[in-house]
Amino acid sequence: MKLDSKIPKGDLATKWSEYRGTMNLVAPNNKRRIEIIVVGTGLAGASAAATFGELGYNVKAFTFHDSPRRAHSIAAQGGINAAKNYQNDGDSVYRLFYDTIKGGDYRSREANVHRLAEVSTEIIDQCVAQGVPFAREYGGLLANRSFGGVQVSRTFYAKGQTGQQLLLGAYQALSRQISLGNVKMYNRHEMLDLVKVDGKARGIIARNLLTGELERHAAHCVVLASGGYGNVFYLSTNAMGSNVSAAWRSVKRGALMANPCFTQIHPTCIPVSGDYQSKLTLMSESLRNDGRVWVPKSQEDAQAIANRTKTALDIAEEDRDYYLERRYPAFGNLVPRDVASRAAKTACDEGKGVNKTGLAVFLDFAAAIERYGKAEATSQRIDNPDKATITRLGEAVVEQKYGNLFEMYEKITGENPYKMPMKIFPAVHYTMGGVWVDYNLETNIPGLFALGEANFSDHGANRLGASALMQGLADGYFVIPYTIGQFLSNEIRTPNINPDLPEFKQAEDETKVRLQRLLDIQGNQSVESFHKRLGKIMWEYCGMSRNAEGLKKGRQMIRDLKKEFYSDVFVPGTQEEYNPELEKAARVADFMEHGELMMVDALDRNESCGGHFREEYQTPEGEAMRNDNDYTYVSAWEWDDDNPILHKEELQFENVELKTRSYK
Amino acid sequence: MRLTLKVWRQKNGNAKGSLETHQVEADEHMSFLEMMDVLNQQLVEDKKEPVAFEHDCREGICGSCNMVINGRPHGPMQGTTTCQLHMRHFKDGDTIVVEPWRAKAFPVIKDLVVDRSAFDRIIQSGGYVSVNTGQAPDGNSIPVEKDLSLMAMDAATCIGCGACVAACPNGSAMLFTSAKVSHLGLLPQGQVEHKKRTQSMVAQMDKEGFGMCSNVGACEVECPKEISIENIARMNRSYIGSVLSTDK
Ligand SMILES: Cc1cc2nc3c(=O)[nH]c(=O)nc-3n(C[C@H](O)[C@H](O)[C@H](O)COP(=O)(O)OP(=O)(O)OC[C@H]3O[C@@H](n4cnc5c(N)ncnc54)[C@H](O)[C@@H]3O)c2cc1C
Ligand code: SF4
Ligand code: FES
Repeated sequence: MKLDSKIPKGDLATKWSEYRGTMNLVAPNNKRRIEIIVVGTGLAGASAAATFGELGYNVKAFTFHDSPRRAHSIAAQGGINAAKNYQNDGDSVYRLFYDTIKGGDYRSREANVHRLAEVSTEIIDQCVAQGVPFAREYGGLLANRSFGGVQVSRTFYAKGQTGQQLLLGAYQALSRQISLGNVKMYNRHEMLDLVKVDGKARGIIARNLLTGELERHAAHCVVLASGGYGNVFYLSTNAMGSNVSAAWRSVKRGALMANPCFTQIHPTCIPVSGDYQSKLTLMSESLRNDGRVWVPKSQEDAQAIANRTKTALDIAEEDRDYYLERRYPAFGNLVPRDVASRAAKTACDEGKGVNKTGLAVFLDFAAAIERYGKAEATSQRIDNPDKATITRLGEAVVEQKYGNLFEMYEKITGENPYKMPMKIFPAVHYTMGGVWVDYNLETNIPGLFALGEANFSDHGANRLGASALMQGLADGYFVIPYTIGQFLSNEIRTPNINPDLPEFKQAEDETKVRLQRLLDIQGNQSVESFHKRLGKIMWEYCGMSRNAEGLKKGRQMIRDLKKEFYSDVFVPGTQEEYNPELEKAARVADFMEHGELMMVDALDRNESCGGHFREEYQTPEGEAMRNDNDYTYVSAWEWDDDNPILHKEELQFENVELKTRSYK
Repeated sequence: MRLTLKVWRQKNGNAKGSLETHQVEADEHMSFLEMMDVLNQQLVEDKKEPVAFEHDCREGICGSCNMVINGRPHGPMQGTTTCQLHMRHFKDGDTIVVEPWRAKAFPVIKDLVVDRSAFDRIIQSGGYVSVNTGQAPDGNSIPVEKDLSLMAMDAATCIGCGACVAACPNGSAMLFTSAKVSHLGLLPQGQVEHKKRTQSMVAQMDKEGFGMCSNVGACEVECPKEISIENIARMNRSYIGSVLSTDK
C-alpha cells in the first residue's frame, strides 16, 4: 500500500491558504442533501459537528456519554496555545510551528504542524466570541502563561478549567445546531463497527446503551473524533470511559493505526496510593511555571521522609537536588514532558523517591509564594513586611492562579500544598499515536476521517502542553469543514445511503455475535481485573522506558491474557438491556489487541525519540538517542492477528533542520 | 474499615426499587467511587449484577457522578462531588445509605443512574451565543473587565451534575439555569441575546417539569462547585426586566 499524505505543493507558509482557496467546494443546495456521521462530541467532534451544521450539512453526532458536555475534554486544566503574540515576546506562527516540530522530536509532518500554528489564532477569537471566560489582565485584555518546552508566553487559560470552558463553548455551539435541526444528537450511543460500502466508509453500527438495541446509521461519510487510548494502561489521567474501540473497529475494517507506541507520560500527577486505585489525577503542567521540582540529595533523607520521621521542610536548601534546574539550566522546570518524566524516574531509580512506594518527587511552591508575596507587598505599599504577611499575600496570589488544583490535591491526599510541597509522579496522559490520516484528515479508507486525539497527525513523538486543545479545535472548527469538501464534492450525486444494504446487515450480525460471545463465556474473573492486568503489562514493558526483550515478553503476555480473557471472563446480564459491564468488556477486548500492536510498534522503532525511550539507545548521560537515518518515518500499521503489516510514510523536512533536541 | 451499605437497586425506569444491604471492606484513602468499585467487584465475583452508577472523570469536573449519600447529594463534604469524596470522612462501622437523585425531571434509568437530558434541552433552548465558526473578531477587540470576567467564570464552572435539583424540595433547576444565564449575560459577547435567552431558557425549564423556586437555598449548599444563589437573583431581575420590556 502506498501512503499518500496529499500534502499540497508550495511554500510552507502559504500552502494552507492557497490550498484552502482552491479546494473543491460543495454548493449550499447540495450540502442539504449530504449526511455526515460524527462519532464523538468532545472538543474535536463537537466543534466539527457544530460547524458542519452551520455550513448546512445534515449531521448525526454520537457519544456514549449521556451528554456531549461530559466528554473527556472537559478535564483539561492548563490551557490552549495560540500564536497571538499578545505579550510581544517574540512569538509567531513560525515559532509555534518550530516549537511543536522540535517538541515532537521531529516525527511529525511539517505541513500539518504549520497549518495548526496558523489557525491557532482563529481558535482564540472564536472561543472569545462564544463567551469562553478566558483569564484577563486588569486592562481587560487576554492573559497568557507559559507551558513546558517553550520560551514564550502563549497559553490562554480559564483558571485551571480551560478544557471545561472550551468544551462548554463547543457544546453550546453544538446545542444551537441541534435546536436548529441541523444536527441530530445521539447521546448514550456507542459506535461498535464501521460499515464500508464499495470500499468507502458509509455508516456505523451503534448500540443504544439504554436499550441495548443495535442500530444501523448510514451517511455519505464518517468522521471519528473518539479521543485517545491512554486507558490501555488502566491507570491514566484519562476519564474512565475513554477507549480505543471506535478507532480499533475502524482498524479492523482496514484503517491504519499510526505510531501507536507514542504515548505521553505526564510528569506531574498525584502518585499511586494503593491497589484499589481506579485512575490517576493530573496536576496541570502550568504548575511548573511556579513550582520547583526536587528530591533530597541523599537516600537517607529520602528514606526518612518516606518513613515520616522527617518532612520536606526538614531538608535544608543545600541538601536538596533541584535536578531539572541542574540538568537543564536553559529550560529548568519547564523542560518538555518526556524529559521531565524520565528525569523523575531516574531520581526515583536512584532511591531518592519521597513516599512509601519510592515513586514520588516534590513540586515545591515555597519560593513562588515568597516571590509573589514580596511583589504584592510592594504593590500594596507595605514597608518591611514580616514573613507571615509575605506568606499570606503570596498564598493569595498562588490561590488565584491555581486554587482549584491545590484544592483538588488536598481533597485527594489530605495534605495542604500551600504548606507542604506536593508529591508528584509521572502517569500516562495522552496518546500521540492514532488513526493514520493524510493532510485532509482522511484515513486510508475513503470517506473515513479522524480528528483530535484519535488521529496521529500533529504531535510527533511527544506533545507539548496546551497543544491538544489547540489541535482538537483546529481540526474541528478550521480544518475538516474545508477538507471534507475534497471528498464530498465528488459525492453530490450519491443518493442517501440505504441502511438496509447487505453490508449493514452483515456488520450488525457480526457485532451481535461478538457481544454474545463475551456474554456466553460465563467465566470467573471480572472485566476490571483483566483490564488491570493488561495495564500492568503495558506499564512494565511499554511504559516510560522500553527494551527489545521486554517488548517481546510483553507481547506474549498480552496474547496469553487475551486467551484467558476469552475463556474466563464473567459478564453479567444480556445484550438487550442497559449493561455497563458488557460495554466495558467489549472495550477491554479491543484494548488488548491495540496494546499488542503498541508493543510491536515499539519493538520496530530502534531509536529513542520523544515519549518512546528505548533503553538500548541512549547517551552515556542517559539522554535519548534518535536515529534519523533509519526512523524518520511514520509507522502505519495494518492489523493482522499474527503479523501486523508495517507501512511507512517517510517524513520530509524541508524547512527545519533535524537537530538533537537539547533543553540544556 | 468495615462498612454497611444500603444501596438503591432498581431494575429499570418502570420497576419498583428498594434498598439492598451489603457489607464492604474499605480503605480510608479510597474515594467513595473506589469503595463502590469494591462492592461491584464483590458482586461480580458472586455472579450478581453490579450496581449501575455514572462516573467518568473521577476528578470533579465532568458532572457524571450523582449519589445521594445519607440523604445529601454528593455526600457530607461541602464543595465536593461524589467522586472527590474520600473514605477518610467516614468511620469504621458506619452505615451509609446511597440513593439516586430524586426529581420528577430526572427519571431513574437503573439503580443510581438517572436521565438528566432535560439539562441539555435547557441549553439547546438558548444557552449559547449565536456566532458561527469564522465570524469572530479578534479576541482582544473587546476588552472585558477582569472582575466581570471572573464573575462570569465562577458561574460558568457549573458542571451540570443536577445536585441543585436533587437538593431542592421543589425539584427546581433555577441554580443550573441561572448559572448559564449569568455566565453569558455578564460578558459583552453574550449581552446581545441576553433577554431572549433568559426567557426561552426559563420557559424550557418549566416545560421539562422542574419545580418553582421558593428561595429555600438548599441548591447552593449542596452545589459541588459552590455556584452562588446570587445568580438566581440576577436571573430573576433580568427575567422580570425582559418580560416587562416591549422590545424582546
Ligand atoms: C487531565 C487532563 C488534562 C489535560 N489538560 C490539557 C491542557 O491543559 N491542554 C491541552 O491542550 N490538552 C490537555 N489535555 C489533553 C486534551 O484534553 C485531550 O487530548 C483532548 O481534550 C481530546 O479531545 P477529543 O475531542 O479528541 O476527545 P475526547 O474529549 O476524549 O472526546 C471523545 C468523544 O468520543 C466519544 N466516543 C468515544 N468512543 C466512542 C464510541 N465508540 N461511540 C460513540 N462515541 C464515542 C466520547 O463519548 C466523547 O464524546 C488534558 C488531558 C487530561 C487527561
Ligand atoms: S449549579 Fe451546581 S449543583 Fe447545579 S448542576 Fe451546576 S454544579 Fe451541579
Ligand atoms: S465522575 Fe466526573 S464529576 Fe464525578
